[in-house]
Amino acid sequence: MSDTTTGGRIASRMPAFLRRADPAVATAFACIVLLLFLGGLYSPNFLSPEYILQQFKVASFLGVIATGMMLVVLLGQIDLSVPWVVAMGAMMACAAAAYGPAGAALAIPFGVLCGVLIGVVNGIGVAYLRIPSMIVTLATNAVVQGLMVVYTGGFSPQDSAPATIRYLATGFAVPGVPNAVVIWALIGAATVFALTRTSFGRAVYAIGNRERAAYLSGIDTRRVVMIAFALSGGLSAFGGVLLAGYASKAAQAMGDAYLLPAIAAVVLGGTSILGGRGSYLGTVAGVILITLLQSILSVMQMPEAGRQIIYGVVIVAMLLLYGRAPANR
Amino acid sequence: MKDWRYWIAEQRGALLAFGIFLVMFTIYTSNHPAGLTANVVQTASNKGVLLAFVAMAQTLVVITAGIDLSVGMIFILTNCLASWLVVGTPAETALGVAAVLLAGLLCGAVNGAIVIFGRLQPIVATIATGAIYFGLALLLRPFPGGSVNEDLADALTGRLFGVLPASLVVLVMVVLVVWVPFRRSVTGRAAYATGSSELAAYMSGVPIRRARFAAYSLSGLLAAIGGLFLTFFTYTGEAAYASGNAYTLFSIAAVVLGGVSLFGGRGSAVGAIFGALAFRTIGDLLFVFDFDPLWQPLFQGVVLLFAVSLGALALFRVRNRLEWFG
Repeated sequence: MSDTTTGGRIASRMPAFLRRADPAVATAFACIVLLLFLGGLYSPNFLSPEYILQQFKVASFLGVIATGMMLVVLLGQIDLSVPWVVAMGAMMACAAAAYGPAGAALAIPFGVLCGVLIGVVNGIGVAYLRIPSMIVTLATNAVVQGLMVVYTGGFSPQDSAPATIRYLATGFAVPGVPNAVVIWALIGAATVFALTRTSFGRAVYAIGNRERAAYLSGIDTRRVVMIAFALSGGLSAFGGVLLAGYASKAAQAMGDAYLLPAIAAVVLGGTSILGGRGSYLGTVAGVILITLLQSILSVMQMPEAGRQIIYGVVIVAMLLLYGRAPANR
Repeated sequence: MKDWRYWIAEQRGALLAFGIFLVMFTIYTSNHPAGLTANVVQTASNKGVLLAFVAMAQTLVVITAGIDLSVGMIFILTNCLASWLVVGTPAETALGVAAVLLAGLLCGAVNGAIVIFGRLQPIVATIATGAIYFGLALLLRPFPGGSVNEDLADALTGRLFGVLPASLVVLVMVVLVVWVPFRRSVTGRAAYATGSSELAAYMSGVPIRRARFAAYSLSGLLAAIGGLFLTFFTYTGEAAYASGNAYTLFSIAAVVLGGVSLFGGRGSAVGAIFGALAFRTIGDLLFVFDFDPLWQPLFQGVVLLFAVSLGALALFRVRNRLEWFG
């Protein structure tokens, strides 16, 4: 990277923790602070602990979904089946809860399992059939949409989310911290552990850099890719379950608003869309950044049109700041 | 090998898409209660050309090994713009059409500039610009409405000489005016070369930037033609998020069905057009068989999944396992 050579002299004077920080992640966090500062100028409410905690809660849904997306992006693939897997996770969990106490107990695992199943189909298509992930996941998204439309009869399902799911998304097991945030923290910790401390995580980065080399060094690359897609499907579905608990019901198009923000969050956090490079801390920064941006714009009562435009401009601008590919040779 | 065999090898994807379309359309018309009448063909072509234009737009970018996830939003934006501008006297209407096409070209050029000069990955950059274009569309049409020059709309969605669907004629004309010259120009060749191997193209002094910029800009133009036609069919403009997204996704599906390689450098817009028409016909098949329309999305999805799985057949040609990893 040219940045490290030109910035070498300045970097050597900085404290150690700053020197080690990824410039992309640092920029993302700087942008979060800037957003909070601008929001604080508009209204001091933006800096209140209640508001920030509320943002963390809203961000945790996107955070869970973006975790799965990040695993897949690290491999150099992409998962476009997020919208309907999210909706399916929510619908199936709510549907299972209607079958008595046993159904209620198994509602969450059942919803997640459905997502894992779709993820496995994606994984088989990408890893074993060698079809580009963009196409496979697009097709499975269409199939899941079809299944859900047939299942619901074209209407939003009337099953409301059971109490357990609502508690999971909105309750407070630890005083003062919403459960959704706790869940996101747990999933995040597990992901960081898996990515940095296990052979699976090493394999994910290796495949993202060069699958051929990873294969030749003895990694069963196809299995790793399939597991990553299965995890992505499961996490998307779990995000859907949480969303159902938050909104207290499942709806048909509830996942549509999560595909692009999930990709944007991963990429804004410095993960290369070509794979092999990126840290979970960056994804956390990306998720918070996007959630804050959406929230501040809606609090300012910006109409939907303006929100979309600013949202797009900010993403382009931020990527131009630090997401650029190296110049031509 | 003889010349024609080369030609067939090159056009295999397009010919396959044409074959699928022919079979599907035959099944469709033979089971349609009205049979093969001019009316049936006109309706089918009017539905098909919208996706065909967007799929052509997608093809141009995909050939350079990029992807444009904002085509659906450019399509929606130009639809909203047309519902304001394409009205009034013939002169005003003509100016309006020109302005709409120019707007599409501009949207494509912005995509191209960001991807080429900003050096961002196309998939992320066009997601972001897609949000911007949709925002602009909402700004133009917060609520569905507007109008269009109905004489022009009826002329372009009607029939020529009582049999030929006018929309199909326009589609062929656009192919002849936009696609064929592009394909035969140095820029078009450069676009294919860039898609096959950007490094090799760069080393050979191929004008990579010009080729990619032209591909993105023309893609915007083609999406705008699609947007114009949407206005001609509906007489209104509507900033529908779901519809824009669906067209983006369907355009990728049509491109794949049409034998255009997502890795770049292979395929043609003609193939993508047949891919789009085949995809639309598949969706309509259920209606002639009197199935519950609820099953349509599932059927469409399963057919799509099956079609893309056919791509796995290439694995049988692999002699060395390392070829798995491209």
